[in-house]
Amino acid sequence: MKHCEYQQIDPQALSTPTPTLPPQHAVVEEEKGETARRKWEVFPGKNRFYCDGRIIVAQQSGVLPLTLGLILVTTVLFFVFDCPFLLKHLTVFIPAIGGVLFVFVVISLLQTSFTDPGILPRATPDEAADIEKQIDNSGSSTYRPPPRTKEVMINQQVVKLKYCFTCKMFRPPRTSHCSLCDNCVERFDHHCPWVGNCVGKRNYRFFYTFIVSLSFLTVFIFGCVATHLALRAQGGRGLMFALQESPASAVELVICFFSVWSILGLSGFHTYLVASNLTTNEDIKGSWSGKSGAEDTGNPYSYNNIITNCCSVLCGPMPPSLIDRRGFMPVEESSQTVATEIELAAKNEINVCTQGTKDLLESASRSPCPQTGKPQTVSTSCPDSIDPADPAVTFNPAVTPDPVAVPSLKCGGRHHSHTTSPPDEPRQQHHHHNRHHKTRSTQSSSKRAALHISNPAYNVSLSPPTSPGLGPSHATGAEDHRRDSFAALH
Amino acid sequence: MAETHSLQDMRQQAAIAAKVFIQRDYTNGTVCQFQTKFPSELETRIDKQQFEETVRTLNNLYAEAEKLGGSSYLEGCLACLTAYTIFLCMETHYEKVLKKIAKFIQEQNDKIYAPRGLLLTDPIERGLRVVEVTIFEDRSLGR
Repeated sequence: MKHCEYQQIDPQALSTPTPTLPPQHAVVEEEKGETARRKWEVFPGKNRFYCDGRIIVAQQSGVLPLTLGLILVTTVLFFVFDCPFLLKHLTVFIPAIGGVLFVFVVISLLQTSFTDPGILPRATPDEAADIEKQIDNSGSSTYRPPPRTKEVMINQQVVKLKYCFTCKMFRPPRTSHCSLCDNCVERFDHHCPWVGNCVGKRNYRFFYTFIVSLSFLTVFIFGCVATHLALRAQGGRGLMFALQESPASAVELVICFFSVWSILGLSGFHTYLVASNLTTNEDIKGSWSGKSGAEDTGNPYSYNNIITNCCSVLCGPMPPSLIDRRGFMPVEESSQTVATEIELAAKNEINVCTQGTKDLLESASRSPCPQTGKPQTVSTSCPDSIDPADPAVTFNPAVTPDPVAVPSLKCGGRHHSHTTSPPDEPRQQHHHHNRHHKTRSTQSSSKRAALHISNPAYNVSLSPPTSPGLGPSHATGAEDHRRDSFAALH
Repeated sequence: MAETHSLQDMRQQAAIAAKVFIQRDYTNGTVCQFQTKFPSELETRIDKQQFEETVRTLNNLYAEAEKLGGSSYLEGCLACLTAYTIFLCMETHYEKVLKKIAKFIQEQNDKIYAPRGLLLTDPIERGLRVVEVTIFEDRSLGR
């Protein structure tokens, strides 16, 4: 059948068909689609999934356990050691307010960490081929390689869209490729190790709620503990006496004192970003502030009204997840088409082949089917594409092996060394981030140095790749080596 | 469904000749809009007006989904107050409009595109990047 031929061409034309795919088909065939794999299992990015795809986190959880631990420990100490005293001497609202704030903090933290930040699924092979064709047609290729950028006019301003070699598409505006997660993320803000996830379009509001409520909680606990100690120290008994009576308060004081400055600073910084409809990425790179040398700068996305900006960022409609994590993988092999098609027809799936288009019609009647990280897409990340961390400024056509084709989920964790590298333009806000980390955890200084929060610029690569065989020379170069060797094992 | 069976039959007789991708139009920012420019590959298959009408309606639907207005702000504020837990139980406005869009696309496929040997793919299946139009070979149909 014609469509079977088409299907066969597709996976075979790809350089490295995913190794997981054949076993999947075998499994599906044998078990009649009962163990059909879900799309999250073959997701090409470096994310981990839990609860059968409901929860998504980054490759490494970063310091999320530490963040949670600090918050829990401090709050529990507060409730156990300070609240009884304050309840007796002051008011019942203190533990009540503390409880509400704590709940808000934990819920928003978990939502930030476990929500898809706005990952853009990779281009299907057909799309990628189409784009390549367009580039080849339009590229001058006379005196230099065809530029992998596209210029568009947004609100009368010229914006350059870069081509992402990993995801095989021109990135929409404000989208950036996170090399730690190996995904393009819409409205990419930064990759936050404290929450163990990228912060992007879909979870920015959770992140903002988290840091604002955490600031309130920290200030609240700090204030209450200080009041507690002051009350105990009354009557000339002195602070030392108070501390001896309630040593836990000292611990809380120290933690809160060091956190409050960085958290407050971070909240202030993000409030500024929200009010001007900027992302951390854009702010640090100076995309709209004229530092890039463009004449007509000014944020084309801003509504030029603080209230509107705030509302649109925080209270705007919640975009859906574009990666259909829990959808089922379509079956690729022609022999299993008839048998499994029927089972899969009931589930959300997509397929670039004709078979999928038929199912599409059926499934379209049921519900929208978000896109997936597809195995075909995965396997077309050919070895001759550039490293995922794209050049921040210049296009570097140097080809580097791109091992990101290999889905990592089944194979344990890859090692990432999150190394720090200074941003291009150290700024006050960035300094806030630095301080934020320094003060958060005095004990894990080495880890802190490694897990630098928020310079997304180096997620996007500060410098162009220098060694084609090994990846960019910047911070995440080390991880690329390991990825390469890991991919070789695959 | 009768329509899909007919499409299936047609497809079994026809093969995919080409795919056309309608890219996004970013002139108004990051809102989801697609270019209404009529691709040359479809010239022999479908009327320009018809096609542009489809894309324009799609654009309007997406604009409706992403509209910043009273109801979306209300939804956002309510969500914030409940620490965003209502997203776990409630369907968002965007999702409701996406369902409408899926229905619209299916309807367009059934009525207009399938008879002409074309198939529109819901953009959400492609990560809202492109509208994929699959062109089937015109062997069995006498056009």
